[in-house]
Amino acid sequence: MITELGHFALILAFLVACAQAVIPLIGAHKRWPGWMAFAEPAATIQFLLTAASFAALTWAFVTSDFSLRLVTLNSHTDKPMLYKITGVWGNHEGSMLLWVLIVTLFGGAVAWFGANLPPSLKARVLSVQAMIGAAFFAFILLTSNPFLRMGTPPFNGQDLNPLLQDPGLAFHPPFLYLGYVGLSMTFSFAVAALIEGRVDAAWGRWVRPYTLAAWIFLTIGIGLGSWWAYYELGWGGFWFWDPVENASFMPWLIAAALLHSAIVVEKRESLKSWTILLAIIAFGFSMIGAFITRSGVLTSVHAFATDPERGVFLLGITAAFMMGALTLFAARANVMQARGVFSMVSRESVLVLNNILLAVACFVVFIGTMWPLIAEMAFDRKLSVGAPFFNAAFTPFMVALGLVLPVGAMLAWKRATVGRIVRQLIPAFALAVAIGALAWAMQSGRSALGPMGLFLGAWLVAGSAVDIWARTGRGTGRLARLTRLPRADWGKAVAHGGLGVTMAGVAAMMAWEAEDIRVLQVGQDFEIAGYGLRLDEVHQEQGPNYVATKATFTLSQNGREIAEMQPEKRVYPVAQMPTTEAALDNAFLRDIYVVIGDPQEGGGWAVRSYYKPLANWIWGGSILMALGGFLSLSDRRYRVAAGARKLPQGVPAE
Amino acid sequence: MKRLFLVLCVITAPAFAVQPDEILDNPVLEDRARDISAGLRCLVCRNESIDDSNAELARDLRLLVRERLVVGDTNEEVVDFVVDRYGEYVLLKPRTGGSNLLLWMAGPIMLGAGLLMAGIYLRGRAQTPERAVARLSEAEERRLREILDD
Repeated sequence: MITELGHFALILAFLVACAQAVIPLIGAHKRWPGWMAFAEPAATIQFLLTAASFAALTWAFVTSDFSLRLVTLNSHTDKPMLYKITGVWGNHEGSMLLWVLIVTLFGGAVAWFGANLPPSLKARVLSVQAMIGAAFFAFILLTSNPFLRMGTPPFNGQDLNPLLQDPGLAFHPPFLYLGYVGLSMTFSFAVAALIEGRVDAAWGRWVRPYTLAAWIFLTIGIGLGSWWAYYELGWGGFWFWDPVENASFMPWLIAAALLHSAIVVEKRESLKSWTILLAIIAFGFSMIGAFITRSGVLTSVHAFATDPERGVFLLGITAAFMMGALTLFAARANVMQARGVFSMVSRESVLVLNNILLAVACFVVFIGTMWPLIAEMAFDRKLSVGAPFFNAAFTPFMVALGLVLPVGAMLAWKRATVGRIVRQLIPAFALAVAIGALAWAMQSGRSALGPMGLFLGAWLVAGSAVDIWARTGRGTGRLARLTRLPRADWGKAVAHGGLGVTMAGVAAMMAWEAEDIRVLQVGQDFEIAGYGLRLDEVHQEQGPNYVATKATFTLSQNGREIAEMQPEKRVYPVAQMPTTEAALDNAFLRDIYVVIGDPQEGGGWAVRSYYKPLANWIWGGSILMALGGFLSLSDRRYRVAAGARKLPQGVPAE
Repeated sequence: MKRLFLVLCVITAPAFAVQPDEILDNPVLEDRARDISAGLRCLVCRNESIDDSNAELARDLRLLVRERLVVGDTNEEVVDFVVDRYGEYVLLKPRTGGSNLLLWMAGPIMLGAGLLMAGIYLRGRAQTPERAVARLSEAEERRLREILDD
């Protein structure tokens, strides 16, 4: 019964979305207030209906209703409650329902918090958002309906993939979807502005919170996913340049570019057409991501529900929205003329450089991801593009970005003088060089990657510190002023510093990781990177829905015991899959990572262990970046009505 | 197909790739073997190198790589040997020859184009000030005259 109500609510939501896509648009064109006002309650209702539908599906999972095909395929009564709930989006159909729920949530957010938007723009934004919603409702109802029943329900389900039964993985999709779908909101704003024929500073301010929110959620989602891969997959890799990972990384890069170019629109009324284009492309990459994950055109470790029919449908949606938006973009180029004037050396120019670096970096990831497909179709070559290519082709852009960032972040708008800023930054640069040189001296004859990464990290962190300190002006009372700076300033410094921390972590981990693989008898010990590891015992343990082989190691340093580590090897009988649970000993400067393998024929156990320098910095930096985003998002100027007084009421320049 | 992948890869996936018994006694050769295998793709897996994969085939390839190294092949010879047998599909880092030049040059070309366009745009921005500020539109001129006449 509840399932049918959920199904019905989903169909109703689709109908509401269809109405919301048309009526407010006509209303805005004809200036009929009643028709425009339709958008707000419609957005709310659409959200409530979708939420009800999602709740119904969740209920089916919680109560293990195996008459539902989806629950049978992805759940089991023995599964812990947490993973019954996260199982709702641990599959294609459920994750699409979550996706569309977030589409309607963002639409709702505009209806609820967009009181300061001009009515016609608001109506158009909500209408475009409803078009996106309608397309996905249709996709779900026609190709991936989660509410299908089974003719003869089985007694129990087939269990969720054990790899997915982990908090890190269970919670990263919602964040990623909040990010992907957040970009649908900037897309809607861009298209609405094009229809409206007006892109100005106020528009820049309205879209920025949504861009920022999308970017923050993508940051968290990617960070969580990579952290999960690090501790769960058993060899401590954190990024594999897999097509699906790239699919989330490309929108992140474009969102970062958009974030910065929207500042130029907001503050200087320039780069308008570029920003609109980025907003369109960013959502395009989100859609391509959905397409890559769900169509199976590119083989990937994460691909789930690969089905050509769904792929074609998604490609159709992507093509329709992109072509529509780009046509509109071409037709309305004239409304996006820049106002601001600035010299070659200015904040504006550096932000243009930032955008070029990020956009081209994204393009490199894109072409690397798609190349196997292109090469096969166009040149009849069957080949692979993997991590070594991306490491070589992508890294230089990030290095360039890191080098320029601290200087660019301090340049003045309009016309800047480099000399004064360089003088302020000299201590930061000297510190960074010293740290890089120290790292260079301490390692013997290895690649320059590690020292370079530490240099960049220190340069970014120290540069951000100098930046925020310089904002306090001169004279006495600078410390007091530091606490009163706008949150956006803090957000900028924290996020840029976070980028530096992540860069240092990635470089250190890639340059100085140590690995050891060996057979170990119980009671034996060995040494890795100056740490001693002793295998104390191994025993079997019964978990809720798995059987585990659990080993106990003692970690010691200089003969002193510092930790007990218990890696596990689990077998999930229902899904017939083993997983490893690595044991980690975290510290500020390093992780020790131990995995227990199979028992060996001649006695003893296969043991794999790693020394991972600065491992936590990768995710620490991601957290800092997200925190910086939140600080910026909570800045006062987004809470007060942006441009409310400045704008004449509802007179679009047509 | 999906089942096949699951069987071949995921069944043993998170356990172990390189097994202790595969490791060569000579640490220099072993290091080279690891380097080479990180760049070779496991053919039955999804985008994993043979160094990371635990599929049987990946193990066979790892052993093959080590065999060739012990015989005295250089790194290039080992890679060529594997490519001759399995095609360039096994290379995770595509070669730069032929159409792949496009792949490798795509980034630098786009960067050059982007910088060029940005340069032109920025020059334009830097040179517009006088005109943009100085001239009013016809309507504005009229309105200005009206105000002045009043």
